[in-house]
Amino acid sequence: MITTDICIIGAGPVGLFAVFEAGLLKMRCHLIDYLPQVGGQLSEIYPQKPIYDIPGYPEVKAQELVDNLMDQIKPFKPTFTLGERVDHLAKQEDGSFIITTNDKTQVHAQVIVIAGGLGVFEPRKPALENLEAFEGKGITYMVKNPETFRDKNVVLAGGGDSALDWTIYLAKIAKRVTLVHRNETFRGAPDSAAKVFDLASNGKIDLILSANLKEISGNGTLEKVTLESKNKEEINIDADYLIPLFGLSPKLGPIADWGLNIDKNAIEVDTRDYSTGVDRIYAIGDINTYPGKLKLILCGFHEAAIMMHSAFKFVYPDQKLSFKYTTVNGVNAF
Amino acid sequence: MIKFTVEDHDGARQEVEAPDDMGLSLMEILKASEYPVLATCGGMALCATCHVEVLEGQDGLGDATDAELDQLENLPEFFPTSRLACQIRISPQLEGAVIKLRGEDN
Ligand SMILES: Cc1cc2nc3c(=O)[nH]c(=O)nc-3n(C[C@H](O)[C@H](O)[C@H](O)COP(=O)(O)OP(=O)(O)OC[C@H]3O[C@@H](n4cnc5c(N)ncnc54)[C@H](O)[C@@H]3O)c2cc1C
Ligand code: FES
Repeated sequence: MITTDICIIGAGPVGLFAVFEAGLLKMRCHLIDYLPQVGGQLSEIYPQKPIYDIPGYPEVKAQELVDNLMDQIKPFKPTFTLGERVDHLAKQEDGSFIITTNDKTQVHAQVIVIAGGLGVFEPRKPALENLEAFEGKGITYMVKNPETFRDKNVVLAGGGDSALDWTIYLAKIAKRVTLVHRNETFRGAPDSAAKVFDLASNGKIDLILSANLKEISGNGTLEKVTLESKNKEEINIDADYLIPLFGLSPKLGPIADWGLNIDKNAIEVDTRDYSTGVDRIYAIGDINTYPGKLKLILCGFHEAAIMMHSAFKFVYPDQKLSFKYTTVNGVNAF
Repeated sequence: MIKFTVEDHDGARQEVEAPDDMGLSLMEILKASEYPVLATCGGMALCATCHVEVLEGQDGLGDATDAELDQLENLPEFFPTSRLACQIRISPQLEGAVIKLRGEDN
């Protein structure tokens, strides 16, 4: 089990900056995010867009801001669990919490900070009968460990960058890769599209264009994927795995089940310290709501500073906290 | 003011009235009318959560831009009449159209 002072759920800009504010007060952080990378909406939705309302930066690209935040918190050596979703919080007798993810990773922490933004970025799922029954039994929406697919028959569906990239990557590992796309052309990176067409013309992969997923079947685990072409012909493919890659969309997800007061997909907090109704659980950034709330990065940063001062009493119950500027003490690394 | 019809996820239809002189997008009107449109990206053609199908009255709405098509084509469900509501301006061309909500409603 991972042990830390503060466990932060969500590694978006607000969760990341919270590490800095915690570090100044000598509190250690572990962050968990369902996305395989840090940065939340900035990295997932608009990495290349400029942001104009971060104080001190007339303009900064979203991904650059995330990279800078990662640099800024380096002295405090935060630890990360990425690609996993926090499903459960369990309160312990001494008031601390044990968090459990969908992959059964456990984290013990004195304080929980929910910086979950718009919620978990969940994969968009195709409308197939039995889809849920085959999840984890051949259907997967994320390539976490490519080795899983070694010497297997893999069908990928989608036409974006991740479908192209994983087709190229898995072509080297899998027994056979089939890429299904509903159009005749790809709108992803032209370079990757060209590579995929090359692999197909060299017989390294099967590329099936102008076709849609129609059915999946198997005895317990996935065995067959059925496609329908534009002229309504059926195509059957032997498949150990189907990886639908149709992008991600945020859903509030498990946060809704933690007994917190939720109003329109956001957690109600006390603006004195951004605490929720439950002792030792705070909510900051886009995930919280209060009268006058603005969903801005700047506001999330402010909330992070205030809540960490309040959380101090749970991590160091015997110490009194006195406020100091960073210019007084500097940034003292762990 | 122009009038068009919105069909929700359950198939129920309702007429919606909107001003055509304020530069609003169809997404903004749908949200203002309390339809469950997420519009995560706020109208930047980056999230596709404002996906709609134009069932009637597609002529005159103009072609989808490349950015719009990028998003639409990535969706698991995509129809020849699919559009992003945030990329459609409220204009007289929308008069009498029938719009079906297709985006996720959380
Ligand atoms: C297109 C666009 C442009 C924007 N432009 C600006 C701008 O110019 N200026 C500005 O200030 N703001 C802007 N915003 C808003 C800004 O991106 C958000 O305010 C900011 O991302 C909120 O940060 P956050 O850390 O609270 O949440 P997020 O960035 O949403 O990060 C939350 C993270 O929590 C994770 N998560 C949630 N639940 C769980 C769980 N149960 N388990 C594991 N992980 C979980 C999610 O995967 C996600 O990565 C923009 C937003 C968009 C979409
Ligand atoms: S609101 Fe995001 S694409 Fe339209």
